[in-house]
Amino acid sequence: MSATKSAPGQRHTLRVGDNPIVKWLLISVTLFLTVILLVVPLISIFQLAFMEGVAHYFSSLMEADTLHAVGLTLLVAALTVPINLVFGVMLAWAVTRFEFRGRKVLMTLMDIPFAVSPVVAGLLYLLLYGNNGWIGAWLYDHDIQLMFAWPGIVMVTVFVTCPFVARELIPLMQQQGREDEEAAVILGASGWQLFRRVTLPNIKWALIYGVILTNARAVGEFGAVAVVSGNIRGETNTLPLLVQAQYEDYQAAAAFASASLLAMLALVTLLFKAFVEWRQERSLNIESDKERKAVA
Amino acid sequence: MATHLTAANVRPRHKRVLPGLSLSLGTSLLFISLILLLPMTGLVMQTMDMGWERYWQVITDERVVASYKVTLWAAALASIFNGFFGLLLAWVLVRYEFPGRRILDALVDLPFALPTAVAGITLATLYAQNGWYGDVLESLGIKVAYTPWGIVLAMAFTSIPFVVRTVQPVLEELSPEEEEAGMTLGASDWSVFRRVIFPALWPALMTGIALSFTRSLGEFGAVIFIAGNMPYVSEITSLMIFISLQEFDFAAASAIASVVLMASLVLLFAINIWQARYLRRLHGR
Repeated sequence: MSATKSAPGQRHTLRVGDNPIVKWLLISVTLFLTVILLVVPLISIFQLAFMEGVAHYFSSLMEADTLHAVGLTLLVAALTVPINLVFGVMLAWAVTRFEFRGRKVLMTLMDIPFAVSPVVAGLLYLLLYGNNGWIGAWLYDHDIQLMFAWPGIVMVTVFVTCPFVARELIPLMQQQGREDEEAAVILGASGWQLFRRVTLPNIKWALIYGVILTNARAVGEFGAVAVVSGNIRGETNTLPLLVQAQYEDYQAAAAFASASLLAMLALVTLLFKAFVEWRQERSLNIESDKERKAVA
Repeated sequence: MATHLTAANVRPRHKRVLPGLSLSLGTSLLFISLILLLPMTGLVMQTMDMGWERYWQVITDERVVASYKVTLWAAALASIFNGFFGLLLAWVLVRYEFPGRRILDALVDLPFALPTAVAGITLATLYAQNGWYGDVLESLGIKVAYTPWGIVLAMAFTSIPFVVRTVQPVLEELSPEEEEAGMTLGASDWSVFRRVIFPALWPALMTGIALSFTRSLGEFGAVIFIAGNMPYVSEITSLMIFISLQEFDFAAASAIASVVLMASLVLLFAINIWQARYLRRLHGR
């Protein structure tokens, strides 16, 4: 009996778990749990959204509050993503292209937003920029309101999503090494040319995926935004906050209709991730083919 | 151009050739200071203002202590569950070919892609008395929604991807030699798994569980809808901060938040040090 396709090397020795009974038992347990834990909840979002009919679904999406929440959510994402894109690329460039003291500390600091509870994140901003905070009091005197308004929502969203781009780029850039870029500099490329012609093509897909993740989280952030938004319906409600407000008002169908928009975005994110991984695998294969031919 | 290509320019490998150190490092430091470090000063000042006695009183309040216990227990159970489920998922995804494997691989990330509030209302509806799952569980005499089990469920859901994504790459790179040697010598699957594969996997598994635990401690959106939020029974610590804020008690909110923040920072540093150690050991070999 030959083994099932296991290692990429196509070995024909039996490996652990190759016994067909074990194999299919493990696969079916996994699929069963995945369906129960992930697939059914996903489907039920759409089922619940349409529970009062298609007409109700679309009419609740066309309500002024919902449209406003969609608009605000898009605005927050549109401001957050470019900020974190620039920061992520800068940080990844600094920590993968240079050795300096405190490099590890910098990378750990970058991870803090992942570890901190979003409610704590919101609180940090509220304490500093709220009317009682030391910056907030000064802003208040100058009639600038950041908290309980859209700028505050953008600020906490930037905080919560700032590690995503860098996190996608750092492992890839570390793996790719500095040789290509060093060669380009020696050949006389300017900084911007170097980035556009050499670095960017190499990190393109990871960068796009980082942006997609940042966007998904920026659109869906709840805890931090709930703290600083003040929850004024039709004014400072983002889509996730509207979902909560509608749900707590016993407008379940409307809540799930709004939620279905967010779920669709999540599905697009997942599809895109699968696509990016497929592209990366393909480009790796092409490269290793090239190398094999070059060696031969 | 050719004039630049002298040996002197090519050889020194440790000399800095690439541009942009001051620009990229400067921007990063400025950004981290503004976004991350500056806001923390507000918390420090607020807690310093309140005095030790009041601070201690707030963070050891009976209701708050009950919330620590619930949060810790639920996060521990959720991450242990994910240890098993994540290992199973990673194993099945790496070792087997079967129809739908790619879809399964993509689905694993759903909890990261789906906004937590959406996950929260969906789980609450599914597990409530008249929901699809709640109905079945009710007839078995089990209640999940609006009990601490609901908290465990929500935390487990939102942190499913951590263990899978830390174990998967290690499992992919595991060299088959030792495993095959064991198999040819006639050892059982289980004993080869226990003696050869598991020792190689467990640092990654522990990292995944620790990440899942950290994330669960801070989870808010998914939990509050399904927890029922009964004082002393099913209130999580993040909710205690949120409630204090709604009562405009900034001091109490800051005090509790400082405990949460310290706990998550300690966990984060511990995970980073642990990871650096086992990576070094891995490459040292």
